[in-house]
Amino acid sequence: MMGPGDLVPDPLHPEGPLPAGGPGRVDQRGETARLPETRGLWATAFRELLHKRSAKIGLFMLAVLILVAIFAPLIAPFSPTATVGIDEGIPVRSAPCIHLFGCDSSQPQHILGTDGNGRDEFSRLLYGARVSLLAGFGAVAVAVAAGTLLGLLSGFFGGRIDNVIMRIMDVLLAFPSLLLAIAIITVLGQGLINAMLAISVVTIPQYARVVRSAVLTVRENDYVAADRALGVSTGRIIWNRILPNSLTPLVVQATLGVATAVLEIAALSFLGLGVRPPTAEWGSMLAAERNQVFTAPHLVFFPGLAIMWNVLAFNLLGDGMRDALDPRLNR
Amino acid sequence: MSAPAPDPIRHGEVVLRVEHLVKYFPITRGIVFKRQIGTVKAVDDVSFELHEGETLGLVGESGCGKTTTARTILRLEKATSGHAWYRGRDIFTLSGKEMRELRREIQVIFQDPYASLNPRMTVGDIIGEGWRVHPGVMPKNRRRARIHELLELVGLNPDHINRYPHQFSGGQRQRIGVARALALEPKIVICDEPVSALDVSVQAQVVNLLEDLQDELGLSYLFIAHDLSVVRHICDRIAVMYLGKIAETGDEYQVYDNTAHPYTTALLSAVPIPDPAARHLGRRILLEGDVPSPADPLSGCRFRTRCWKAQGVCAQTEPELIDRGQGHPVACHFAQVEFDPAR
Repeated sequence: MMGPGDLVPDPLHPEGPLPAGGPGRVDQRGETARLPETRGLWATAFRELLHKRSAKIGLFMLAVLILVAIFAPLIAPFSPTATVGIDEGIPVRSAPCIHLFGCDSSQPQHILGTDGNGRDEFSRLLYGARVSLLAGFGAVAVAVAAGTLLGLLSGFFGGRIDNVIMRIMDVLLAFPSLLLAIAIITVLGQGLINAMLAISVVTIPQYARVVRSAVLTVRENDYVAADRALGVSTGRIIWNRILPNSLTPLVVQATLGVATAVLEIAALSFLGLGVRPPTAEWGSMLAAERNQVFTAPHLVFFPGLAIMWNVLAFNLLGDGMRDALDPRLNR
Repeated sequence: MSAPAPDPIRHGEVVLRVEHLVKYFPITRGIVFKRQIGTVKAVDDVSFELHEGETLGLVGESGCGKTTTARTILRLEKATSGHAWYRGRDIFTLSGKEMRELRREIQVIFQDPYASLNPRMTVGDIIGEGWRVHPGVMPKNRRRARIHELLELVGLNPDHINRYPHQFSGGQRQRIGVARALALEPKIVICDEPVSALDVSVQAQVVNLLEDLQDELGLSYLFIAHDLSVVRHICDRIAVMYLGKIAETGDEYQVYDNTAHPYTTALLSAVPIPDPAARHLGRRILLEGDVPSPADPLSGCRFRTRCWKAQGVCAQTEPELIDRGQGHPVACHFAQVEFDPAR
């Protein structure tokens, strides 16, 4: 039996590949200077991300969106649900009026005009960012959580579990996603939360598949075998070894997924299945004024622009992430 | 089939005895309803003994079942049948808890130093992981200092404890793998082609490191390799595998200089000779044909299709691994075992 103290700290091969340091650098108190170049893979990837133009633009657009959502009550000149135009006696669907740009100052100022109920379009747009982001993130978070769990189980254990889970995922994928979401909402009832859940369920297969395929590659690595040879428990192997090493494609997929979710929430709201009417939501704003596209184009244009901004932000970010993270996969 | 006879220059007692180890992989077809359409006989009745302080080489070309043998002993794969005794305990029948205890005693070094270290863990965490599972090996307050010692022991700079694997070269990574295996203070280390992924110059360093560690810590190695010159350098005894079976076992002298099995002869003749002037001296035997598929093995001797000695009996009767009295068991009907007066 070898005791802990039996080993003399005498390097057997000082001619080894490490030129610096050598035997004299042992710190017996067990403290080690943190080397400046010591960085985790995530930190390295994030730095890489900041070097990508598309990711930088995406991050910027997303930051604007998040700030708007947080500070909507401070920025918005009116309540998003108050019919201020009617109170002020101006016609509904009045065109944008900005005093700074020469709009008659006798007119009340509405930067983006008012909608069919005389509500301030700009304020509604700002508040709409909250719903959009929340619903997008929420839907993706639920889908990622469920998809990751299913993908981990499926990929790690394989066999019958894999078969059952993946066949269910195939069934979900067989439906056109919006159609299935509509069916789910029909069962659950209308509302933002239910719309989010519906979109989550519909997108679970994507995440389950991505995670499963990553797990299949990662679990074959010798470091997993080494852990098993050490006696590390299966739960710890799955959670601390397989999962972190499978996350890269998932992060990319989830970022791009937010864009899709935002779009689908808007689509569901457009169909009247998302948020309930007075709430400001871009999709429902579009839907409410779709017949006035020629008489009051600003009421369709700006919500559409907002949706595009949101989707673009996540797509650019996701794209940049894919570039930044992908080479690490092969390292 | 008789187990290999005791080695004349045996070191200590037998620490690992593998008996009639068999590992078949099913070949299945179908997606939902799988049906088995065949078996790959990766390891087919392999037996050997590993003595304390000894290095047993397991050689053979790729696909002959060396790695599967190792993985099965470690219970990374479930054995189809057979036994592996570690000091009288059958590894294959141990419960989960007993197995975890035993894992302290048998550790492994993998072939690919790039795949065997988790890229998201620091070197310190990788080496110290075993102590989370076996807290009794090293008290918590000693662990960090011990990782330093281990890094020194394998010739790495202990200050690199917080670095990540991708900051190291292949040879350095393999040393980290060695340090991880040694952290649990095992008795047996299974080296699964520990140097074949490395440059020749780095190979020598790692092989020397393994030898020095063996002397210092009294380890027993099961050394799997396909490089015969490396094996000759480090191994006390050698088992040659062909298609899931052991063709020949013996000590270095018996296998290299007194080769009895035609497959070993061919294998040895394929070793490159570094001296150009001496090249013409060695007779190279070029084997014809490919290794038969382990999924549908031949009748009789598995080597007969490529063997220049093959006769009728080889197709009918499978030669057993028989010790013909020299402590040099050979599985061949026409084994060239010679009496050696020096012994």
